[in-house]
Amino acid sequence: MKNKIIQALGFSLITLSVIITLIFLVGIIYLIISKGISVISWEFLTSVPRKGMTAGGVAPAIVGTFYLTVGAVLFALPLGLACAVYLNEYSPKGFIVNIIRMSINNLAGVPSVVFGLFGLAVFVKFLGFGVSILSGSLTLGILILPAIISASQEALMAVPQSIREASLALGATQWQTIRKAVIPAAIPGIMTGVILSIGRAAGETAPILFTAATFYKRGYPTSIFSEVMALPYHIYALMTEGTKPDLQTPIAYGCALILLVIVLLVSAVAIILRNKYRSAYVH
Amino acid sequence: MYNLKERLIKILFTVLAFASLFFLLGIVFVLFKESLPIVFELNIFKFLTGTHWYPTHEPAEFGILPLMMASLWVTVGAMFVCIPLGIGTALYVNELASLRQKQFLKPVIEILSGIPSIVYGFFGMLIMAPLIQQIFNIPTGLNALTASIVLGIMAIPTVASISEDALSFVPKSFKEASYALGANRWQTLIKVIIPAAASGISTSIILGMSRVVGETMTVLMVSGGAAVMPRSFFDPVRPMTSTIAAEMGEAAVGSIHYHSLFAIGLILFLVTLVFNAFAEMISRKYRIKLGLDR
Repeated sequence: MKNKIIQALGFSLITLSVIITLIFLVGIIYLIISKGISVISWEFLTSVPRKGMTAGGVAPAIVGTFYLTVGAVLFALPLGLACAVYLNEYSPKGFIVNIIRMSINNLAGVPSVVFGLFGLAVFVKFLGFGVSILSGSLTLGILILPAIISASQEALMAVPQSIREASLALGATQWQTIRKAVIPAAIPGIMTGVILSIGRAAGETAPILFTAATFYKRGYPTSIFSEVMALPYHIYALMTEGTKPDLQTPIAYGCALILLVIVLLVSAVAIILRNKYRSAYVH
Repeated sequence: MYNLKERLIKILFTVLAFASLFFLLGIVFVLFKESLPIVFELNIFKFLTGTHWYPTHEPAEFGILPLMMASLWVTVGAMFVCIPLGIGTALYVNELASLRQKQFLKPVIEILSGIPSIVYGFFGMLIMAPLIQQIFNIPTGLNALTASIVLGIMAIPTVASISEDALSFVPKSFKEASYALGANRWQTLIKVIIPAAASGISTSIILGMSRVVGETMTVLMVSGGAAVMPRSFFDPVRPMTSTIAAEMGEAAVGSIHYHSLFAIGLILFLVTLVFNAFAEMISRKYRIKLGLDR
């Protein structure tokens, strides 16, 4: 009897914690959707800010986030894929592999603001790219590199060994096998990794704080050396700078909603795709 | 000819594979190089233990103890939120959820872990801070308590998903053996499953902590920003991350202020490095213990 009561108590505590968690997390999403939706209009999405950021749209911030994200992926994908191919297809097990694995794990744990410092010192100052799309993209690219490597590696690992053996048996060299048989088979998995990284890169603020982002820019960026507005930074700036919080807060809600939709949609698609893809190989 | 091409390609891939190591070492190098000047300009002991952070005063004072204490307080506070809720969620998903709930909850938790930190900061500023201010009737809702709660919520998905992985790795036979001995589900959970997954669960906590310590935008927006020694959880504080983010824009390149912000970054980097090393060590031991290591 006593055991049963304890069990019931314990299980209700566990259930309670799930309920609280869901209330918090779903509540945040609900809040942003409900308050942000009224701000969203065609004009908000496609026009430039007016009246000192208190009216008009946020199109330059959307465009800026797009450029930064695309730049980050263009930089990180080839590097990450090459690294995954090496680890999975070429690498002899041993010391070198362990070192590379360790550095990937540690790089993944570096705080995002530290990436910002690195980007500031290396890309902005040392290489002289200035506060620009280029500096921001490279910084974000390094940040998403570990995620791209892990996802690509998982995808390559899921390619059945028989595909490699069949290709080699037909007289293909190792590189031909990798290029024509292994990578094509792994593309869906690699893509999910890329999509997840897009969500991550689009939402990061701290790395672009000193490398790419600006609040007061009216027009669109003209080259990769322009500084840009970006959605996450725009939310921060609207909430902490400026003199008309009552006009700026609704715009921030709108930006938060756009950002949330981009990030959640992108990661939901990636996660669903990945789960399908995983089970396709298991069964 | 063919052989040469194959070899060259292999060498190319080998070189590219070192990118992560290259960037990691690059980060270490840059942080050390840019913080080094403070060794000559300031007393390191005073830098680490000084309680006054007045970087723009005349004369300026650079004591980062208040910033480190703020990070410590906020991180510990966040743990009180994310450990029970995160592990509770993991236990529910693993033990109590029906198959359909599981299929819903697992991806949802993963998707939620992708919510950008700026959104948590935004939520903290607009909802949590006024709420805390009203409940406790205090002058400002932007303080260590609010920062802890918001950071804690943010870290729940991290703790929950890694803990859940650990729980699902516990072999079924452990559970069956326990039931066979007459233990009920709760007893099995507390005395068999949780201890068997303990190292995985601790890994999740350490990684959650690592994420909280390094989190920038949320604390920048909700912690209040006062660089003084925290006396209570209702005080506004200024953790290390938000100090860097808030002041780097104003600090003149090459000034002592600039270099000390890099030094704070270095400390932050080392702290998370230690956390990650711990997490790695624990999870490796645990995989061997359960016979999961290939």
